[in-house]
Amino acid sequence: MANSTLEIKDLHVEIEGQEILKGVNLTINGGEFHAVMGPNGTGKSTLASAIMGHPNYEVTKGQVLLDGEDVLEMEVDERAKAGLFLAMQYPSEISGVTTSDFLRSSINAQREEGDEISLMKFIKEMDGAMDYLEMDKNMAQRYLNEGFSGGEKKRNEILQLMMLKPEIAILDEIDSGLDIDALKVVSKGINKLRDEQFGCLIITHYQRLLDYITPDKVHVMMQGRVVKSGGPELAQRLEAEGYDWIKKELGIEDETVGQKA
Amino acid sequence: MTVETKLPYDQQYVRSFSEKRNEPQWMQDLRQQALDLVETLENPKPDKTSIKRWNFHDFKHDVGGETINQLSDLPSDIQVFLDMEDSNENLVIQRNQSVAYQSLSKDLTDKGVILTDIQTALDKHGDLVQRYYMKDAVQIDEHKFTALHTALMNGGVFVYVPKNVQVEEPLQAIFWQEDNQAASFNHVIVVAEENSSLTYVENYVSHNKEEHAVANIVTEVIAHDNAQINFGSVDNFSEGTTVYVNRRGVAYRDAKIEWNLGQMNDGNTVSENITHLIGDNSYSYAKTVAVGRGDQSQNYTAKISHYGKQSEGYILQHGVMKDSASSIFNGVGKIEHGATKSNAEQESRVLMLSKNARGDANPILLIDEDDVTAGHAASVGRVDPVQLYYLMSRGISQKEAERLIIHGFLAPVVNEIPIKAVRDQLTEVIERKVY
Repeated sequence: MANSTLEIKDLHVEIEGQEILKGVNLTINGGEFHAVMGPNGTGKSTLASAIMGHPNYEVTKGQVLLDGEDVLEMEVDERAKAGLFLAMQYPSEISGVTTSDFLRSSINAQREEGDEISLMKFIKEMDGAMDYLEMDKNMAQRYLNEGFSGGEKKRNEILQLMMLKPEIAILDEIDSGLDIDALKVVSKGINKLRDEQFGCLIITHYQRLLDYITPDKVHVMMQGRVVKSGGPELAQRLEAEGYDWIKKELGIEDETVGQKA
Repeated sequence: MTVETKLPYDQQYVRSFSEKRNEPQWMQDLRQQALDLVETLENPKPDKTSIKRWNFHDFKHDVGGETINQLSDLPSDIQVFLDMEDSNENLVIQRNQSVAYQSLSKDLTDKGVILTDIQTALDKHGDLVQRYYMKDAVQIDEHKFTALHTALMNGGVFVYVPKNVQVEEPLQAIFWQEDNQAASFNHVIVVAEENSSLTYVENYVSHNKEEHAVANIVTEVIAHDNAQINFGSVDNFSEGTTVYVNRRGVAYRDAKIEWNLGQMNDGNTVSENITHLIGDNSYSYAKTVAVGRGDQSQNYTAKISHYGKQSEGYILQHGVMKDSASSIFNGVGKIEHGATKSNAEQESRVLMLSKNARGDANPILLIDEDDVTAGHAASVGRVDPVQLYYLMSRGISQKEAERLIIHGFLAPVVNEIPIKAVRDQLTEVIERKVY
């Protein structure tokens, strides 16, 4: 199967009438890991949410294409079925729906009717992935994200990622609020998916995560745009020197877009 | 067997009805006393719901039903409430107002447990019934409906668990209104003596769409010192039936009453669920889920009154409203003077699925004591678009995502129903009503 390609072209996005993204261009090919970095409030999470179709974000201009198909015309569930996945920074809590039931519904939603995953196979896969992520098995029977700690929510997002096996995944600040041990486990889960086909867009403002997941490309966002791109060495320089040199180089005084991303 | 606009039930009718059932004298007298009160008392006035135009007169009062020899003779829509592969040893099935089937295991019978229809109970355990009937929980003169109920009581069950007896398996009652006009004036009494425990589950079913009927149900649940009662119900009267259902609990010292009520009627309904926490350290958790559809109007009151010290009362009401249905959810936590260190908590949430539906959640705390804790949460709203987005972002369709959220919203009661068949049936009724 040919690799998928996610193209983001001149993307402009508003939230409550305020423009947050002001023309983002990025292309992610299957098999590549991209990191999008930048200080808080520069539009990184908005990019992730707009691509997935969060109801509070309005795309005012530009395109998002997955293998040439217009993602922005798709319903949220169709985006997922087309091969996109977003590990969310703040996943919703859904009372009364167990994590396990939700996962099974998600897997079955992506399969043909009559070809649902068998319960045995599902449990085996879920147990395997939970072991890999060093998760407490009881979590499967707890209500989705309800009462989960920050770290449990992140692991649960990666659990879903591992089980749904998308073509292209976006990870929105998957490292925030994780201690170093949890960060290692979550990274291990993501790295397990790394192959010739799988594309990943990792949004973070710490270089720390990139010590465990080496990106092929690194992009810096400021003022709602990608202002600089490079290889892994760019992330290391940001870690060592911060963002000020980029601002100086580009003549930017305030890197934010007026609202936290 | 009368269908008229004015209630035709006079002293003579009530007397002959009682005589026909060979009731004890005290019951005959009580019926007469109540009938006199019917004339003088007013209808109840449920908060924010007008019941003036509801049908309370068009029904058949005296309708029997045949017995069945075995459970497999039941029609499939009644069988679904039974775990057919189980022995179903502890079960009463009432057909209209007659007993169609009843069974109680030898073990429980030997321990002195009673599970029988109210008529048999009056005959065989008259003194016990008299001790509890309209005494400590519900009063005959509360309003016209309680008086009318007492005058016309025509069915129900009596459940009694003696001191120190723990009943592990659920006791089940099915009230099958087979006749489309048969009224249910059911009286249910559940008594757990000191240090005993029981689980009771009841189902009400009718199928009348066009024909009118009335249900006027009183249920009295008494938990003596250190007793535990787990009470589950699924009410599923059809749209032709107007329902008044009053479920009242009394908990003495260290006693515990849990209510799990699935309120799935399709007709106009007034439901009161009140628990009196009389004893110190008594406890009640009252959970209700309701679904409204069509143009039905419903009024739910969940109330817990604290009298005992360190008594704990929790109320949870979750309702889903669609079409033009309207519902009022009153949650009342009342702490009486002297009930120190008590805790009254409540949560009422209404999910609106259409713009013509109406739902009100009214949290009320009435507190006459300083040294207590209390809290409430109430909300009325639509399915959260961010929750939908989250589920859909995993490929789940909008319809399925809404379904998951709604079932999850109603899960607090559904998951607590102790008989699997009844639980599955409740899930199916919800599915049918919501979609």
